[in-house]
Amino acid sequence: MAKNDEVIMLDFWLSPYARRVQIALEEKGIKYEIKEEDLPNNKSTLLLQLNPVYKKVPVLIHNGKPICESLVVLEYIDEVWNHKSPSLLPSDPYHRAQARFWADYVDKKIYDNAMKFFKTEGEEKEDGKKGLIEGLKVMEEQVGGDRTYFGGDNIGLVDVILVPLFSWFYVYKFTNNLNFVSQESFPNLFAWAKKCTERDSVSKCIPKEQKVFEHFQQRNLLNSDQ
Amino acid sequence: MADEVVLLDFWPSPFGMRVRIALAEKGIDYEGREEDLSNKSPLLLKMNPVNKQIPVLIHKGRPISESLIIVQYIDEAWSNNKSPLLPSDPYQRANARFWADYIDKKIYSTGRLVWGTTGEVQEKAKEELRESFRVLEKELAEKTYFGGDMFGLVDVALIPFYSWFYTLETTANFSITEEFPRLVSWAKRCMQRDSVSNSVPDQYKIYDFLLDLKKKMHSIE
Repeated sequence: MAKNDEVIMLDFWLSPYARRVQIALEEKGIKYEIKEEDLPNNKSTLLLQLNPVYKKVPVLIHNGKPICESLVVLEYIDEVWNHKSPSLLPSDPYHRAQARFWADYVDKKIYDNAMKFFKTEGEEKEDGKKGLIEGLKVMEEQVGGDRTYFGGDNIGLVDVILVPLFSWFYVYKFTNNLNFVSQESFPNLFAWAKKCTERDSVSKCIPKEQKVFEHFQQRNLLNSDQ
Repeated sequence: MADEVVLLDFWPSPFGMRVRIALAEKGIDYEGREEDLSNKSPLLLKMNPVNKQIPVLIHKGRPISESLIIVQYIDEAWSNNKSPLLPSDPYQRANARFWADYIDKKIYSTGRLVWGTTGEVQEKAKEELRESFRVLEKELAEKTYFGGDMFGLVDVALIPFYSWFYTLETTANFSITEEFPRLVSWAKRCMQRDSVSNSVPDQYKIYDFLLDLKKKMHSIE
């Protein structure tokens, strides 16, 4: 693409959805600028203007044009910078459909349930925990052995989508409430996450688990309902 | 050739309708197999072990699940066809995917609450649905289709829910035609396409089905 490409991302450091986009940009070696939003109470005029439907990060602004929703942004990045590796999606239609299926599953089963677990109380929180464990068990079967990444030999869409949530999971070291997500219960996933975080792109983007833990503590997001 | 493509389907499913429309738009021969969702076939359970849901497209023995993923697969696997379902420009493609995803998030679950509940829950859902229709009408603006001149992904994603309009209006006592005339014009325009009219059942047939389903849902509680 043109040498004068301007790529900006409206961001919030804690958002795992925004991390997905940043990892993709880093992996492809695309130059970008981050504009940090002060969430949740002080959204910028720019954010409200460029994402009027959801008013959320991440928003990618490419040469002034906004793209919203992290999965949509990732496919956009893959298509526009298709000459830069890695390819987030395979070239064959069937394998692309499989990657999209798993990306959608991760969003609905893992992320939605994780958000429920972290952000609600009582029965809803229990529902979230149950759904999350079910989803992680399914993903545990999809990686490991001769599959280094969900994408196969190289990092791909599903890896980029799932790995940011692990910075939230790593806080299990500091609290008992998350002890159901551990290396013992999900050895393949933890080995995969470790491999991902060894990549420069990923380690640069993922926030330190201590910072995440402190944020959760401050907001009382790790209280159990005992 | 027809045995290369099989669609596991259920006639009133809006998600099944999307795939039927996409296959028809591309002129693809296929074998449609009706599933009894209270007694799912071994084939369905084998081909979609994760979600166990229709629609599932089976192409040369390999399954693809999730309606919008299937529609994009159809567009990519039969790409030398003259009826593309997505535009070629990446920014416009991103826009199409954004709106298809919006429809997925906002219409089905809210619509279900509108025809499936009463009282406060129904009122709240009705307001949410109205807001979504407002947003969609704004996005449609003066265009022929959501994609512009070309019937595409977003139209395919939304038009099956037109079969719910009579049910929504009757159970929740409001007129979609009066409140959202542009949306209804768009829907009627889509229904003029053979691919759509052959894939989307009659609103009254759907009404009978949904009312029956509502009775069953309430008798379980």
